[in-house]
Amino acid sequence: MSQAIEAEQSFVDKFPEEARLVRAALLSSFFALVLGAIFGIVQTLHRTDVARIIPSTDYYTVLTAHGVFMVISFTIFFLVGLFTWAVVRSLDRPLVNTKITWTWYAIMATGMTMTGVAILAGFFPALDMSADVLFTFYAPLQAHPLFYAGLTVFIVGSWIAGADWFRTFLAWKREHPDERIPLQTFMVLVTMAMWYIASSAVAASVLLFLLPWSLGLIDQVNPTLTRTLFWFFGHPVVYFWLMPAYLLWYTVLPKIAGGRLFSDPLARVVFVLFLLLSTPVGIHHQYLDPGIAEGFKFISMTNTMFLLLPSLLTAFTVVASVEYGARQRGGTGLLGWLTDLPWRKPEFTGMMLAGLMFAAGGFSGMVNAGMNINYMIHNTIWVPGHFHLTVGTAVALTFMAATYWIWPQISNKPIYSRTIGLFQVVVWFVGMALMSNAMHAQGMMGVPRRTAEPEYAGFDYPLMFGGFEELNVQIAIGGTLLFVSTILFISNLVLTMGNPRVSGLAESLPPAISGPDDAPRVLDSLRLWVGIALVLVVLAYALPLAAIINRGGLLGPGVGTYPAWVTPVLDALAGAMTPLVSVLGKATALLVGVVA
Amino acid sequence: MHIHAYEKLWLAASILLILLLIGSVTYGAVGPGVAMVADSEQPIDAQGLDEDERFSEPRVEQVGENQYAAYVVAYQFGFEPSPIVVPEDSTVTFYVTSRDVIHGFEVAGTNANTMIVPGEVSEITVQTDGAEEYGLICNEYCGAGHHVMEGKVHVVSQAEFEARNSGGDDA
Repeated sequence: MSQAIEAEQSFVDKFPEEARLVRAALLSSFFALVLGAIFGIVQTLHRTDVARIIPSTDYYTVLTAHGVFMVISFTIFFLVGLFTWAVVRSLDRPLVNTKITWTWYAIMATGMTMTGVAILAGFFPALDMSADVLFTFYAPLQAHPLFYAGLTVFIVGSWIAGADWFRTFLAWKREHPDERIPLQTFMVLVTMAMWYIASSAVAASVLLFLLPWSLGLIDQVNPTLTRTLFWFFGHPVVYFWLMPAYLLWYTVLPKIAGGRLFSDPLARVVFVLFLLLSTPVGIHHQYLDPGIAEGFKFISMTNTMFLLLPSLLTAFTVVASVEYGARQRGGTGLLGWLTDLPWRKPEFTGMMLAGLMFAAGGFSGMVNAGMNINYMIHNTIWVPGHFHLTVGTAVALTFMAATYWIWPQISNKPIYSRTIGLFQVVVWFVGMALMSNAMHAQGMMGVPRRTAEPEYAGFDYPLMFGGFEELNVQIAIGGTLLFVSTILFISNLVLTMGNPRVSGLAESLPPAISGPDDAPRVLDSLRLWVGIALVLVVLAYALPLAAIINRGGLLGPGVGTYPAWVTPVLDALAGAMTPLVSVLGKATALLVGVVA
Repeated sequence: MHIHAYEKLWLAASILLILLLIGSVTYGAVGPGVAMVADSEQPIDAQGLDEDERFSEPRVEQVGENQYAAYVVAYQFGFEPSPIVVPEDSTVTFYVTSRDVIHGFEVAGTNANTMIVPGEVSEITVQTDGAEEYGLICNEYCGAGHHVMEGKVHVVSQAEFEARNSGGDDA
């Protein structure tokens, strides 16, 4: 048995160059996670008035940094690493040309550095640069052009990454003309198809309106139009964060549980449903916007409710696959099998707790989606309470848990301490349970999100589920636990990187119980699904966008700019680029050193 | 394609849940009549509010029997009028717009909640109960002073409402 394991090559043995890229992408992701966590703890303690180490006017710089670093850098860098691993592993062939691969990685890193510099400059008044516009960058609040330019560069990098995977797939296809697309590659390609559709809108918004406007080339923009284009991208992007977690739940979790995926065809159906439904729903973020007809909101609401379907199907398949694993391990009884699962493995417990929290997040999401009860909680702290369960736990905790499983295979280094890993994922769960629950409760009282000081001079919040102050304490304790958990995760990983290389860390993934041959061929027809997805997007967005442009004009109905970057822009750009180039050079050198 | 019997059952239950949720929202719209903020109002020049008949002087006025209109302007970082005084047991329609960036309008602890987008006018109609003082919050980030942006909605008795209005003093 041990003989066989030692004979098996790990991912890094087979594909050393690809493994290096995956490690680089994951490390970029975790660098953003640490930055995001530092801003997260500052923000939690500030908002709850436990410790205010910054002036409240700087809170929004912290909030922008926390949002952008967590949901753009942390999630998407992890995604590109994981997807590269998944494509190469499931096709069992190297990428066509790793020069291209390193190019898109460098482009993404450059873009994110530009955006990050623009945000962090907000802490230094002398720099005459800021991007205190939060993750949503709603005009007419304006960021420095470097912020928008960096986002564009980052997104272009992700497009090239997608092309790289498609190209590798096509090369494989020529070598294996009659085979079904392997499941992991199928998931990657479908997710990227969704990403191309979704990110085209935000790219258009930035390139046609926001960037020229921040450069002073146009005087004003239509706030409803740029906002709508943002949410055209802003909802599917949450599935872009989630799909790597789904890939792990479908293809890795069953194996860790000791079993196999229940149904390969249904996994494909679920991903196709996400491609079709995740974009034509963005207007549900704008239920309370003036200037958009109620009918468009209603259509978006029904589409949103149908988007529950793929997640509900996932809940079934994942639980069924895990139960199968438990029964393979000798589990019996109606619920008794639960005790026969590998709860001591951090990768298993982390992913299971993440899935559990995703169920809770799904329920609060149903409230958000319910157009008329949304009035109660719109823009209250309920909403961040919700998405800290989804992206903040279902995605983040799954990524961290998966790292304990995948890192040894891409580096040949065993995890420094799996016990600390187990402790870490449980601390995350407990911290998030406290913080998210209290945020939901405060939201019901009407406590707003996105504010440095949620206590007001003129009135008190009504009492519900405990008072405002008591819930603040829960948020502060929860946020602190999450910070501790992040530090444990990073420390464990850094210590792992110091471990000596060993062999025998390879893990294989078994095929599904009900395999791909069971799936109708049409499921693999990407052209068909992309075509239908585009038709649905046009149906959902053509009329609202036309109406918005018709009402306010392409460039907006007499709206100003706050603050304006027009005059200092060229100086600032030149000033920003000079140190940036040297910082980039150093960072690249450092990273290459770390990865090699 | 083989679909397990339990899977079919789960699928059916899921679709039922989805239809129930859509049904409940539909019922909320046609039964209790929860209307969405929508495109009922015409776009407006955000930088020309001083010349606008309704918003040059933000105010509350009676428009019908027990029906009132409140014209509210949001700006970095406050609301006008402040406080917004409306009579109890009446129907009040808020017309809210912004003179600069995107803001929020949320009467704390109630479901009176809307986005305020410059260039657009948000219309929401509410029923007031008894006399009470409510906090009014901007719930969308609007700049470095966002957290100080706060207003009041005073629901007062009919008599007090008339006294305040005839006195000409809003405060």
